[in-house]
Amino acid sequence: MKHSFAESTARMRVNHLLDNGSFHEILGPARRVVSPHLALLGVPFSFDDGVVIGSGILNGQPVLIAAQEGEFMGGGVGEVHGAKLVGLFRRALRDRPSAVVVLAESGGVRLHEANAGLIAVSEVMRALLDVRAAGIAVLMLIGGANGCFGGMGLIARCADYVVMSDIGRMSMSGPEVIESSHGVEEFDSRDRALVWRTTGGKHRYLMDDCDALVEDDIEAFRQAAIEGLRHTRPLTLQALLQEHALLTNRITDFGDCKDATDIWQRLGVPNTSQVTDLEAAQVQVLKPLATAEAL
Amino acid sequence: MNWEKLVTAIFGSHHQVTRLGDVISGTGELRGQTLAVVGTTDHTAIGIEIALAQAQLVLETVQNHPGRAILLLVDTQGQRLRHRDELLCINRYMAHLGCCIELARRQGHQVIGLVYDQALSGGFITSGLIADACYALPEAEIRVMRLPAMARVTKIPEEVLEALSASNPVFAPGVENYVAMGGIRSLWTGDLAAALQDALNTAPRVDVRATDGAARGGRMLAAQVIEQVLADGVAA
Repeated sequence: MKHSFAESTARMRVNHLLDNGSFHEILGPARRVVSPHLALLGVPFSFDDGVVIGSGILNGQPVLIAAQEGEFMGGGVGEVHGAKLVGLFRRALRDRPSAVVVLAESGGVRLHEANAGLIAVSEVMRALLDVRAAGIAVLMLIGGANGCFGGMGLIARCADYVVMSDIGRMSMSGPEVIESSHGVEEFDSRDRALVWRTTGGKHRYLMDDCDALVEDDIEAFRQAAIEGLRHTRPLTLQALLQEHALLTNRITDFGDCKDATDIWQRLGVPNTSQVTDLEAAQVQVLKPLATAEAL
Repeated sequence: MNWEKLVTAIFGSHHQVTRLGDVISGTGELRGQTLAVVGTTDHTAIGIEIALAQAQLVLETVQNHPGRAILLLVDTQGQRLRHRDELLCINRYMAHLGCCIELARRQGHQVIGLVYDQALSGGFITSGLIADACYALPEAEIRVMRLPAMARVTKIPEEVLEALSASNPVFAPGVENYVAMGGIRSLWTGDLAAALQDALNTAPRVDVRATDGAARGGRMLAAQVIEQVLADGVAA
């Protein structure tokens, strides 16, 4: 049976993603580890502070897993939320799982505890990179309606392997922020088609900013995550020089493009106006065309 | 303090730090030790080009000057808020800068961050905040968002935020708040050369910010929660 990733809660995502019944939550809601800052501001808090963490089995392999709950404060990272993620990565250094899997759905730093959130994002990033340096794969799965923005967008691009659905967006600043800063002509946040073709999974996949594009189906994310278990990307000078060349060439090749469709056209994607209507599998077929063109 | 006064205050005349666009770079000599200097000025917005330029400087240091300490000078209004940057995946450019700094650290370069003017949210995470330790001048400003804007977004009256921020460092702008929470190791006052020397002598190689935040009383939960995550479900 198909379970929409976007419409599921964080706990449902984790349970369907992992092997049946294998999930063991760490510091679950019964432990009542909540944000004291939200209470102080008179804002509702959550018994898991918006992130579910634990251990489980993925296709027979032990993993540690985290899932942000987009319905709670947009998945925003506060002190406790961030510390749970840091703790999970430190635990990975000790327990040596096959991978740490993060189901990211977040607007970034939680404004109500902005300073703690900002520092926490930085701590998560350093802890994540420690785990990668230990040769343990870090996978990011992005498929929630709130996308993966701000500090979590940075963290996502520090991972070994990124999986997205088209619904899941990955970026830095939300379109509303850009519009309020530079006007509707700069970025019309109510133009949903524009928003999704700028930051959605299909564009990120065609540009190689994510490694796999899947339908909005938890089983499809599961299969992509299993594939991702085999992909560690050691953080070497060689790898970073390659990344540097790619990012440099990107500005030369596409820096003058006004719209995602301009980029797709230049990549050699046929019928660019129809890309938004395509299934994930159809976009996957376009990818080799795009990559061949880019080379 | 502007960047020229700053590098002179730290290195005297023993520096060759120059500005290209809003990026500052070069080397400085501190008591016989050469440091690479990488930073930005004029509260510049970190767009894809500036993130890439800084990454380039860090990679060059790793390639050509193994072990050379790196001083990151932070002055930014945050990430650039443009459609083009998002289209080209600015978060990948900024993450790349962060990963380059991480690589430098792993290859034995000490990395010291200094907020000498302004540090805002996204632009700060993959520069000063990813250093071994980050410091600030007392007159610097660090914030995610000013209180009036925060009041609008969170729909909490500004007076309430104002009143709470007097006793709680968790959301209001200010370097002292970041010191209390462990995000800034200390403020540099007086002799800046001595402050940098001290940082080079004492900056930790591992991330101690959560325990610092707890010890200083500004961030009481993070270290405790991290320990709880490590202990949970592990047989005693």
